[in-house]
Amino acid sequence: MNESSSGHSSLYADAVKESFIKLNPQTLWRNPIIFVVEVLAVITTCFMIKDIAGGKSFWFDGQISFWLWLTVLFANFAEALAEGRGKAQAAALRKTRSETSAKKILGDTWTEVSAATLKKGDIVLVEAGITIPGDGEVIEGVASVDESAITGESAPVIRESGGDRSSVTGGTKVLSDWIKVKITANPGETFLDRMIHLVEGARRQKTPNEIALTILLLGLTIIFVLAVATLEPFALYSGTKLTIPVLAALLVCLIPTTIGGLLSAIGIAGMDRVLKRNVLAMSGRAIEAAGDVDVLLLDKTGTITLGNRMATAFWPAPGISEERLADAAQLSSLADETPEGRSIVVLAKEKYKLRERDISGLGAKFIPFSAHTRMSGVDLPDRVIRKGALDAIEKYLMSQHSQLDPELKSIVEDIAKKGGTPLVVTEDSKALGVIYLKDIVKGGMKERFTQLRRMGIKTIMITGDNPLTAAAIAAEAGVDDFLAEATPEAKLKLIRQYQADGHLVAMTGDGTNDAPALAQSDVGVAMNSGTQAAKEAGNMVDLDSNPTKLIEVVEIGKQLLMTRGSLTTFSIANDVAKYFAIIPALFTITYPQLEVLNIMHLATAQSAILSAVIFNALILVALVPLALRGITYRPLGAAVILRRNLLIYGLGGLMAPFLGIKLIDLLLVVMGLA
Amino acid sequence: MKNMDFLQIAIFFIALLLLAIPLGRYMTKVYEKEKTCPDKILLPLEKLIYRLAGIDANCKMNWREYLAAVLCFNLIGILVLFLILLLQGVLPLNPQGFAGLKWDLALNTAVSFVTNTNWQAYSGESTMSYLSQMTGLTVQNFLSAATGMVVVIALIRGLRRREGNTIGNFWVDLVRTILWILLPLSIVGAVLLASQGVIQNFSHYLTYTTINGGQQTLAMGPVASQEAIKMLGTNGGGFMNANSAHPFENPTPFSNLLEMLFIFLIPVGLTLTFGRMTGNIKQGKVILAAMLILFALGLSVCYGAEDSGNPLLQSAGTSNSLSMEGKDVRFGLVNDTLFTTITTAASCGAVNNMHDSLTPMGGFIPMLQIMLGEVVFGGVGSGLYGMLVFVILTVFIVGLMVGRTPEYLGKKIESREIKMATLAVLVPAATILLFSATAAVTPAGTSSIANPGPHGLSEILYAFASGAGNNGSAFAGLNANTLFFNLGMALAMLTGRFGVIIPVLAIAGSMAAKKTVAANAGTFETTGPLFAGLLVGVVLIIGALTFFPALALGPIVEHFLMWGGKVF
Repeated sequence: MNESSSGHSSLYADAVKESFIKLNPQTLWRNPIIFVVEVLAVITTCFMIKDIAGGKSFWFDGQISFWLWLTVLFANFAEALAEGRGKAQAAALRKTRSETSAKKILGDTWTEVSAATLKKGDIVLVEAGITIPGDGEVIEGVASVDESAITGESAPVIRESGGDRSSVTGGTKVLSDWIKVKITANPGETFLDRMIHLVEGARRQKTPNEIALTILLLGLTIIFVLAVATLEPFALYSGTKLTIPVLAALLVCLIPTTIGGLLSAIGIAGMDRVLKRNVLAMSGRAIEAAGDVDVLLLDKTGTITLGNRMATAFWPAPGISEERLADAAQLSSLADETPEGRSIVVLAKEKYKLRERDISGLGAKFIPFSAHTRMSGVDLPDRVIRKGALDAIEKYLMSQHSQLDPELKSIVEDIAKKGGTPLVVTEDSKALGVIYLKDIVKGGMKERFTQLRRMGIKTIMITGDNPLTAAAIAAEAGVDDFLAEATPEAKLKLIRQYQADGHLVAMTGDGTNDAPALAQSDVGVAMNSGTQAAKEAGNMVDLDSNPTKLIEVVEIGKQLLMTRGSLTTFSIANDVAKYFAIIPALFTITYPQLEVLNIMHLATAQSAILSAVIFNALILVALVPLALRGITYRPLGAAVILRRNLLIYGLGGLMAPFLGIKLIDLLLVVMGLA
Repeated sequence: MKNMDFLQIAIFFIALLLLAIPLGRYMTKVYEKEKTCPDKILLPLEKLIYRLAGIDANCKMNWREYLAAVLCFNLIGILVLFLILLLQGVLPLNPQGFAGLKWDLALNTAVSFVTNTNWQAYSGESTMSYLSQMTGLTVQNFLSAATGMVVVIALIRGLRRREGNTIGNFWVDLVRTILWILLPLSIVGAVLLASQGVIQNFSHYLTYTTINGGQQTLAMGPVASQEAIKMLGTNGGGFMNANSAHPFENPTPFSNLLEMLFIFLIPVGLTLTFGRMTGNIKQGKVILAAMLILFALGLSVCYGAEDSGNPLLQSAGTSNSLSMEGKDVRFGLVNDTLFTTITTAASCGAVNNMHDSLTPMGGFIPMLQIMLGEVVFGGVGSGLYGMLVFVILTVFIVGLMVGRTPEYLGKKIESREIKMATLAVLVPAATILLFSATAAVTPAGTSSIANPGPHGLSEILYAFASGAGNNGSAFAGLNANTLFFNLGMALAMLTGRFGVIIPVLAIAGSMAAKKTVAANAGTFETTGPLFAGLLVGVVLIIGALTFFPALALGPIVEHFLMWGGKVF
């Protein structure tokens, strides 16, 4: 998602254009606070015209009106800019969608149809070089698919019928071979369509918290409308006549325009930040929920540990040398292309300087791992080597009328207790020893979990391993708890249990059997490589299929809420200074004694009112970058974060306008504008 | 501050806490239906009342049913009191032969006492028969206080309930509040006050010949029995026009101390009851702390302003600048300002000095405290539920900053609660502003003003603030017994009372239905000193900013004018 600098400038140009289009009251009323500002801008403009028509000086009313319009435009600009980033991306996506044709299968033949006419249940044939016309399941064949249009990842992936790699996405391209795809989404409802809608923000609905905040801001606005509207009669009683533009200026300064103008931009930017990490949130609600999550279910493999187990040691049986074991282990793994197999070869080379040998030269026959025997190995002319899990090897030895050394059994148990996976190696019906395969915990995970704990988030490792192994890895990784021998049912039960205790649970999943748990969890991140069912059940899809990202999603959610809260506090705290600018200015003619309240010593009544209005407009646009970027996020406990943010945005919100208004006042005087 | 003054304030606070802490514990037991001392006598009585009234004590109400019961009960209360006042001329226990009240005054008074406001547009000893005082006003002193208390108890139940929909039974709460709490306290209070010389009789008014030969009529009546609940229930409607500045209502410094203690006793006790009922006493203490901070701020400004007095007096040749006009010299300046700050912090409205005669900033504090929504201790029950509304707003505004959607006591605060909390703040504020603005520019309003200039504006603002805030104290100087003010104030009192009760019960209902979120290190803390400070800040910013323009034109400008040499 690199934007060139020319892309940048067009982004801004578009946003500027869009801010004028957004002046349309029919759309603007959805942001009630800014709508009020627009109404006031119209009113003050009318007064300015009246001034001109009456031949009076329109300079003051004109300036107020100008700055009120700018306030509205700045708010629109913030929203437009936030939306703009998504729009550029949506346009690129749309290109891939347009004008794809498809080979629809009818009985034994196929006919060429437009992709747009495909319905749920249709079956299409997709051959090499052709774009897949819609979302679906592979029902026949296997093919490599380029999914870079969706994921940005250029390496092709394999898609095949059956299993967890059967789902394909419309807009991706078959590179080799062919597949038959059963379409699972009607036109307009495909993943790509949804993605376009999401990034465009066209269908963006306000999130629950955003709605609540809007209600509060609206309530404050009504209170201030009343406070300002009733000021007119109070002033009349006191013998002062206040002009409407001045009252409009006061009102605009008091209503929470800063947060009102930035609120939707903050929300859109939050979704955008998630998208930048290649996670597609199905709704803003999901991101908000991510901020509230306090239990993370993390799959062990791929999230906590590196995807694969690595051989770390050879533990020989009594009377066998380590070299002999290493030699046999290496031979059995030479043709084994699994990561485990490769790690055995690497270990043998590093530890015992055993070079790789040419299998074919040895006249060897490689026996691949099968689900039936659950062993793999190699048959050499004079040696038969097998390796496998303890129970599989025991069975194998029994069939060869041999037995396992009891001492070896205790070695196996030792390794299991340490969280490792023992692989027993046999040669010619004799067990030589055990390969210690170890789960390697990813670097930095322990620190990350400590941070999460400090933030009040509990981490739970989910693994299919036995409890012994799981406990050892859990301890090494520093997670709070683990679920061993996890089945989809056990996972679902765990989630329900935590939810019943008042927790919000987030998890990742990819398989069809993860779907119920994904649906039950408060934040379910489905891997893009996963099945359609999993993607439907979750409320986010990780396009990179990287389960570690769950943590980042939670952090983005928190950052979004913090930004919203901090700018609200800032906005409300601003009012204090604005009162001290405007109230004395309004009444010093009638009551010169109120000049005491003019603690900023603003030059004149007019300059005071103008300065407050200008500050109000400028602070809005000044905070746009912060709203889009989000406030600085640190993984700390609530109390520390609160103190920090209160200091910056609460106290800052109180102080900043005093300085800002005074500065603007000085400038206005120098420039002779007031 | 003079040492003796400080000592008196300190004694007041120490005595207050010593009494309120056990009361908080006791009230918790009453509402949780745990065993209490007076059970032996009261339980059979309670049962009897339910049997006679046909109440099913086991029936639990959802918030709508609870609200309906509150509204019905109060509406009937208004009607009954209205009729008693209208017809008192033909009813017994009327030794002075007072005529029935005019309809608008009767309506205003009925609304006033039922809403716990006790705004008095009449003077008690020359208007009310003993029957009206005892069966009308005193009865409502009990019932209106109980109404406030049961509403806050319903709110507390809603806050702690998990995924339920009922919040208790209004009738049971009402009966238990009166039998277990208000009646026993009032009896003890009345006896203590009578011991100090507060009168309690049904005698004709007595006429004496004074030393210099003039005739003076001394108003009599069953004062003590009404006086205790007037304070304890934060009602404030005096038997006599002079209220607690009258020697028969408030004869000695000790009775003065008692009366001040009575005002704050239940509101302070309720904060602790709240803490206990939610299972974390700290939750109650933090609210108590915030209230104390606000109170201390108010008291120091009020005391400071009065202690500085009026510079014009000194230049006119008095020995110092202290303005003692309208003050009760028996108690002295400290007890007058303390009483004033207490009675307006709590929505009591009883007075032992004339607020109209306070210096501008001295009068600013009572007005501000009322405008903040009567949440600095506030009325019995109503102060706490008002403060809890501010707590919800504080948690919502500030709580977001820790990166979680806001929650209070484990309950998520969502749009419905915010809508209701905003309404509860908006309605009374709108009432004060709109009525005052109308009064300030219409002849019907301005013709009642006694003093011109900003002081007159203060009189109007104070009146409607007092009505909408259900305080009931008057700035005086305003002729309030006019059709405009009687009806306007009645409306202000009703909206100020039920415009808050309705949203509060709605919050209770929606909170009760929510599940409770588990707390952890990422949860926004609502028990520490920081939260107390934030709560104070939000109350001041939202409450004060709304009224700052109006106050600037009233007491604030008057203050500067006075120091500039001009008074009104």
